[in-house]
Amino acid sequence: MSSFLSGWRLVIAFIGTLIVVPVAGLILNWVDRFVSARVQWRKGPPFYQPFADILKLLLKQTIVPQGASRTVFLLSPLVGIAGMSLVALLLFFSNTGLVVAQKTSFIGDIIVLLYLLALVPLSFIVGASASRNPVAAVGASREMTLYLGYELPFVLALLVPIVKVAQRWDVASALRIGGLVAYQQQYGPFLYSVSGVIAAVIILFTIQAKLGYVPFDIPEAEQEIMSGVLVEYSGAPLAAFRITRAMMFVLLPLLLITVLWGGITDWWAILKFLLIVVLVVLMKNTNPRLRIDQALGFFWFILAPLGIIAVVLAFIGL
Amino acid sequence: MKDLRLWGLKKSPWVYHVAAASCNNCDIEILELLTPRYDVERFGVVLVGSPRHADALLVTGVINRKSLPRVLEVYEQTPKPCLVIAIGTCACNCHIFRNSYNAVGPYDKHIPVHAYIPGCPPKPEAMIMGVVKALSKL
Repeated sequence: MSSFLSGWRLVIAFIGTLIVVPVAGLILNWVDRFVSARVQWRKGPPFYQPFADILKLLLKQTIVPQGASRTVFLLSPLVGIAGMSLVALLLFFSNTGLVVAQKTSFIGDIIVLLYLLALVPLSFIVGASASRNPVAAVGASREMTLYLGYELPFVLALLVPIVKVAQRWDVASALRIGGLVAYQQQYGPFLYSVSGVIAAVIILFTIQAKLGYVPFDIPEAEQEIMSGVLVEYSGAPLAAFRITRAMMFVLLPLLLITVLWGGITDWWAILKFLLIVVLVVLMKNTNPRLRIDQALGFFWFILAPLGIIAVVLAFIGL
Repeated sequence: MKDLRLWGLKKSPWVYHVAAASCNNCDIEILELLTPRYDVERFGVVLVGSPRHADALLVTGVINRKSLPRVLEVYEQTPKPCLVIAIGTCACNCHIFRNSYNAVGPYDKHIPVHAYIPGCPPKPEAMIMGVVKALSKL
């Protein structure tokens, strides 16, 4: 642990998590809007569009609604960004070969990751609840329901690689992301097995829900409940939420590659990453919004049993 | 700093659509701006769902005693700097409702209006031109 964050690696990690990941996320945001525009036979915005949006929001007036809890309202956007930065840090250290030696990673990586990923919906829920707006309250309750929905299949899908590694090695390295990457470097990615494919499909749907993209954009349905959880946010806090989403758009596909598809160890990872991003955008553009009960039913009664099947298959060794 | 702010505002005007008792004609034409034919998203224009996110308010319809307080409230809820763009002849000068007992006058009596786009309804090209002119006056 003493060498976990020291010297130049700290500097790189700082720059990486606070500059590279948000910038990459905003560029991906443009990719998303551009591909959506092309799917709808439009021209689409220029590449600097997300940067202009963020810049404009940062320099605009911030309004705190009357009667809202000022501190919580303004702090909760930062919670999401903090969580995403820590996830970026974890993924960075797990994938840079430093960890394959399994010295710089600590036990409980994946569990920590699950908690950190929960910070984002938490920040949305808390921020919306603090804003004292009934529409935001509806959005917050939907966000909570959606979170309860997708977390179960997500954990089951993450269990698949853990079970596989724990069977051949030990539980301690199975819980480390670095351990998973090392295993895949030795025996090939988990994705190339039946249980791995099922887990990847589940994680793909979870990414969609975590990002709040269209089949699952129920908490911030723009046309229905006026951006839901974000309704009272303006100016810099709104920019913070958008940056959080942008960082998620980078980190969740990276997470999928790390835990199931061989880790970010070679240049192929870029192609894999782009493939996942395009899949997510296409799924976003070809689906209508679900109702919250439909989404919950989809996650609990279709994806969760699938996840259980995948875990059982992983136990058998498929 | 000021230049950056202006650049951001000009490159990403998010619009909120305030339909204050309009006949729905202007509103349809506004929605046409977002369709593939005119595609104003290439200029960064996005239709947002909440006035808190808006940079420009597109107000349509003749303003009357019922809708005036609502429009004023929406205007106050919008973070400044924000543009107000009156779309349609009703919003500009009340049109045929000019001497009606219920109409309380054009918008510029109550809130500062940055662009007037006359027409019943105005052509989408006229709307784009009006927004561009309002932005270049910033």
